[in-house]
Amino acid sequence: MAASTTDARTDVLGGPGTAVREAVTIFERSRSGRRAFAPPATDVPETPVSELLPEGAIRREPPALPEVSEPEIVRHYNNLSKKNFDLDTGFYPLGSCTMKHNPKVNERVAALPGHARLHPLQDPEHAQGALELMWRLQGALAEIAGLPHVSLQPSAGSHGELAGLLLTRAYHEDRGERRTKVLTPDTAHGTNPATVVMAGYEVVKVGTADDGGIDLDDLREKAGDDVACLMLTNPNTLGLFDRRIEEIAGVVHEAGATLYYDGANLNAVMGISRPGDMGFDIVHFNLHKTFTQPHGGGGPGAGPIAVSDRIEPFLPRPQVVRRAGDNGGEPRFDLDFDRPKSIGRLRGFQGNYGVFVRSYAYIRQLGRDGLRDVSETAVLNANYLRARLAEEGVGEYLPIAFDRLCMHEFVLSGRGAKEKLGVRTLDIAKRMLDHGVHPPTVYFPLLVDEALMIEPTETETKETLDAFCDSVRTILEEAARDPEIARNAPYTTPVRRLDEAGAARRPVVRQRAGGEPPGDARRAADSSAGGHAPA
Amino acid sequence: MLAAIGASSLEDLFTEIPAGVRLERPLDLPEGVSEQEVTDELGALARRNRSCDEEVSFVGAGMYDHYVPALVDSITQRSEYLTPYTPYQPEISQGGLQVMFEFQTAISELTGLPVSNASLYEGPSSVPAAGYMALSETGRSKFVCSRGLHPHARETLRTYSAGFGSEVVEAPLTDDGVTDVGALAEAVDEDTAAVFLSQPNFLGAVEDLEPLVEAARRTGALVVCSADPLTLGVLRPPGDFDVDICLGEGQTLGGRLDFGGPSFGFFAAKERFIRRMPGRIAGETVDADGRRGFVLTLQTREQHIRREKATHNICTAQALNALAGVVYLSWLGRTGIVELGELMLRRTHYAREQLGAEPINPGPVVREFAVRVPDLDALFARAREEGVNPGYRLGDDYPEYADGLLVAITERRTRREIDRLAGLVAAVRQGVPA
Repeated sequence: MAASTTDARTDVLGGPGTAVREAVTIFERSRSGRRAFAPPATDVPETPVSELLPEGAIRREPPALPEVSEPEIVRHYNNLSKKNFDLDTGFYPLGSCTMKHNPKVNERVAALPGHARLHPLQDPEHAQGALELMWRLQGALAEIAGLPHVSLQPSAGSHGELAGLLLTRAYHEDRGERRTKVLTPDTAHGTNPATVVMAGYEVVKVGTADDGGIDLDDLREKAGDDVACLMLTNPNTLGLFDRRIEEIAGVVHEAGATLYYDGANLNAVMGISRPGDMGFDIVHFNLHKTFTQPHGGGGPGAGPIAVSDRIEPFLPRPQVVRRAGDNGGEPRFDLDFDRPKSIGRLRGFQGNYGVFVRSYAYIRQLGRDGLRDVSETAVLNANYLRARLAEEGVGEYLPIAFDRLCMHEFVLSGRGAKEKLGVRTLDIAKRMLDHGVHPPTVYFPLLVDEALMIEPTETETKETLDAFCDSVRTILEEAARDPEIARNAPYTTPVRRLDEAGAARRPVVRQRAGGEPPGDARRAADSSAGGHAPA
Repeated sequence: MLAAIGASSLEDLFTEIPAGVRLERPLDLPEGVSEQEVTDELGALARRNRSCDEEVSFVGAGMYDHYVPALVDSITQRSEYLTPYTPYQPEISQGGLQVMFEFQTAISELTGLPVSNASLYEGPSSVPAAGYMALSETGRSKFVCSRGLHPHARETLRTYSAGFGSEVVEAPLTDDGVTDVGALAEAVDEDTAAVFLSQPNFLGAVEDLEPLVEAARRTGALVVCSADPLTLGVLRPPGDFDVDICLGEGQTLGGRLDFGGPSFGFFAAKERFIRRMPGRIAGETVDADGRRGFVLTLQTREQHIRREKATHNICTAQALNALAGVVYLSWLGRTGIVELGELMLRRTHYAREQLGAEPINPGPVVREFAVRVPDLDALFARAREEGVNPGYRLGDDYPEYADGLLVAITERRTRREIDRLAGLVAAVRQGVPA
């Protein structure tokens, strides 16, 4: 049993701290009669509810929400927060996620009541500041993408992808064409194929050439007149810039298809190379990656799209527009709903405005030179880390998947460690947790055996990168002596490896009503598993 | 660093980019400015917006001016919640994962349905997420939605349907502003995959769900009910009416208005759909030492594992907003959500009476109501001058209610403020000059 090894292996991070405490939920802290909320005074007649609502519409039992006081709530969520690793605490080289520092000023300006307490249906006349901010952000994103038109509406990258394919569909239908297939490289993010199917197309995979770029011959063969679009990430998920991008764009456009840019990796090329200039028709941005909206533990994000002239008529509505002022007066900003060819709304209201405020503040602070500097430094940091991890003692265990200059990230393969040391990428990642580092993205992209995808970002120092290299080297040296250490890691985290298979086999996805002490609750949940999961 | 790479200049790192696609000029954007100047500029933009702090707003229509307690900001601004990403490494993400589990529990309790996901983007786009699930569950191709469903949700469903290859049919409202049960029953046929209802509906009317669900279910379609979660302390939960899915907009649970987002969508369903649900789900499990812990579970539904066979393409959702939601619900608590709901209910009925205008929906309402005001332009002109925003004009979304005004009431709208609005409506009706 691994427990016997725990004490001996906690040396990396010091003591376990809060680690040993059993998890207790807010529902289990509930005690009848406790409360935090005090309602404002009732200043209207206290008519019985039964006179205002029909009997059948009235709730019989209050929902079993926790009964807790304010100090208990604060303590509960503060203690819980300490079980999270976060970017403000340590290095977080999660590939394809661009975990860069989020400037604190963004939070301050986003919280201003003029932004945070503005109702989405406020008359545009009284929302000129918000509409102008959105219009300026559209302009900045258009310039960065090298494409003239922007919709800020999509809520995340995946939503932007769906928008892109619905735009492609509308564009082809408008031309009287019916196309049924969308091409995606075998290195694509999982959202790409999932989106293709949601948009009503069939996924066709395109292979990867020896240098990590698209296999052009395969592309030429598949790019027929039934193909609607090629979805591409450039640099791709291997962190490599596709050198044949102009030829790829040529083949795609020759076939009458659109070229879609997955903007997850835009952090590599701002001010250096623009998707529009590469030949892309539609681009999505991840404002939570490139433009410092904090990742929030899994959102919120925003996924604006930029498009070429031929796609513009189909953009979602409403669009933010600037109209000339009357008699040479100040220009007015407005929401334009009168877009007859629009694909329509993708969501409610105008998009994630709170995210736009933060990203706009970020772009303003950096400006044109700062944005280019971001990408140059991101690429410098990634190549430095790549070179250091190729050194003897590391490189033979974690060889780079494609040995070229990388852009903002790169992919190593753990096959050396697996074969020579008997530890898998998962084990190495779990041991990193004991070193106070968030592991890279693992087991993606799929075509690299035991993949580790590493994206350091521009906001990390050389010292941090060197310390990461030291950790990787230490973990590998340790594995050479005793692979069991990595195989049973982590040791210093609030919990150790978790039984994910068991969780999926018999899902317990909520607390039993009323709240009970943890041990009982788990047993109760188990015994009532039929109430949570189909057999 | 360049030496370690074997490069002599930064330019050397970009040689992989062909000359033809390089930008040979600076971006056409302004120079960067200091943090102080950014703060000033964003402050100046904020001052050109009229927020709910600067007027008495009766505008709702999907997002509402509720009081958000200070502890919500205090907790959501903690870097441990604000700055990590999706909990791919559960051993160092137990905080976020347990929050998801607690959130799911709270949503299940509110909606009366046993399984909830950890959030979707927002309200209206949660509707086609349910539609997509219904298409694969039933193998059918048609949606029927009540005209009482939020107009943004109906339009979003149509947008997505272009990709789904599905058809959207609307069931009209009666003269009393509730869903026409007979017309709904007629619209539902053997090819109907899902029927969409709303409680309360967009006009604020409390729907009689029992006959609606019965009519909707007639041919085996999935029944989906959108709900305002903050009314569910008072209203009987959709789960009690045997709906298959309850979903909706979560802004009312401790969210900012933020000119429309970010907020969160919630999605709860019957247990038999747990393996078809969209979005992340946290589940309880144990670690190698037998200690209780939480993980993302049933990931074989999701795009990063399942790719083209995923139940939805969603990846990043709204974890931080969902945290605000469960903190807010803990603050309200079991009794608070009822007390708050009853306060809104009473003030809403009081306001409708005081306004004295012809109601579009004369039946029960819970937090919002619609009335006909013949001279809406005059009302708006006058009210806006006096710092009152009288509500949402229905005419753009419902041409049949060209003179319709949708008035939202929250715990922030006091009797005095309601009386002020009533006074304005009366003055305009009587032609009293301002």
